[in-house]
Amino acid sequence: MSGADLDPHGEVSVDRLALAEELAGAGAGEGAVASEDAAEYALRLGDDALVLAQQLGMWITRAPELEEDIALGNIGLDLIGHARSLLHYAGSATGRSEDELAYWRDEPEWRNAWLFEQPNGDFACTIARQLVASLYLFELYSALADSTDPTLAAIAAKSVKEVDYHRDHSTQWVLRLAGGTEESRRRMIRGVEVTWPYVDELFADDELTERLAADGVAVLPSTLRPAFESAVDEVFAEAALERPTGRTAYTASGGGRRGSHTEHLGPLLAEMQVLARQHPGASW
Amino acid sequence: MVTATGGLDTALRAHSTDHAWQVAATVTDPEIPVLTIEDLGVLRTVEVADDGAVHVELTPTYSGCPAMDAMRDDVVLALTHAGYDEVRVDLVLAPAWTTDWMTDAGKQKLRRYGIQAPTGLAAARGAGPVRVQLAVKCPRCDSLDTREIARFGSTSCKALYECRACLEPFDYFKVI
Repeated sequence: MSGADLDPHGEVSVDRLALAEELAGAGAGEGAVASEDAAEYALRLGDDALVLAQQLGMWITRAPELEEDIALGNIGLDLIGHARSLLHYAGSATGRSEDELAYWRDEPEWRNAWLFEQPNGDFACTIARQLVASLYLFELYSALADSTDPTLAAIAAKSVKEVDYHRDHSTQWVLRLAGGTEESRRRMIRGVEVTWPYVDELFADDELTERLAADGVAVLPSTLRPAFESAVDEVFAEAALERPTGRTAYTASGGGRRGSHTEHLGPLLAEMQVLARQHPGASW
Repeated sequence: MVTATGGLDTALRAHSTDHAWQVAATVTDPEIPVLTIEDLGVLRTVEVADDGAVHVELTPTYSGCPAMDAMRDDVVLALTHAGYDEVRVDLVLAPAWTTDWMTDAGKQKLRRYGIQAPTGLAAARGAGPVRVQLAVKCPRCDSLDTREIARFGSTSCKALYECRACLEPFDYFKVI
């Protein structure tokens, strides 16, 4: 074997597959393997991030202004980064890659909460969903950064810095739309109304989160609610908005954590997965 | 050109570690070519083992930043060209990257390039959802009379600003 005519890449001992895993992996524990429970928890969080990222990507070329195309695209990109780390970790328990989890699971296998799969609606609806999502994720990752699971802690500590900018973005838009024209205010109020039914599911505890929280691995969702609500109230006070009450307040049944979804997830997955399923293993 | 380095003695290994760091530190950000990964604080550790294998640790700037792939490949390429025939690059998330790690030299290079460097420390960003922002100086005319046009700019790490004094738009490297 002669080394003289090898191309510069020829001698590199870096395994492309291993690198792809490392890129997505937390690195807090090199090649860390998740327990079955931690993997299920990471799957929930990763699915929330990936589904929301896919939704935000749909705004590119359709937002009210060019800067907003870029903003929503950038926020989506951050979320894909979080999803990659979380799905990589989730897959470590069963030997599945992040791509297998993203592209080869059917609807009942997805664990995202219903909020994230709700349609974009008009811009105000998306902003209302972004406000809820970013304030919730900010509290979640702030708390999860202290997880006893070093991989989850590292992913959370990294993600919370980016989510901080996302909540800034959604807050600014809520203030602008609510305090803008009569029409923008009407739409903002409507956006809040259609989003609110999906808030409760985010803070619902179940056996898995109770087990994991007892070990300090997960954050019990219900414990995040007071901080979330005070952040919402702070924004709404500034924007002269109110949380829906009475006739406009209701709660969707939820069930995303068990794999039961609304009619909106199927088409979203179809669009996201079609290319990978038509050309398995393709790269470019 | 590429040869096996075999067992290095300790002195030579120390020298190689130093050398390998310098080689890795020449890699630049594909989006901001004036900044090296050392200036950015993305290059965390470089180690050369007894058998000459190099182990590099990088930390991503933003979770989804596509430039990380290019930086990682460029580190492998730079070290391979310099004669290290076994190179491994790991990406580590903890501790999470912050613009506080950007070197002063890097900040100066950024400004000369027309991008304002992060203003203030990450810890000073404040906590509440409704907050006040520090004024950002125009990298061209140094005026503080500037306006944010978009919080999210051409890449994950930048915001778009406009200077009211010289009327030029400019990128601002966000504090994180």
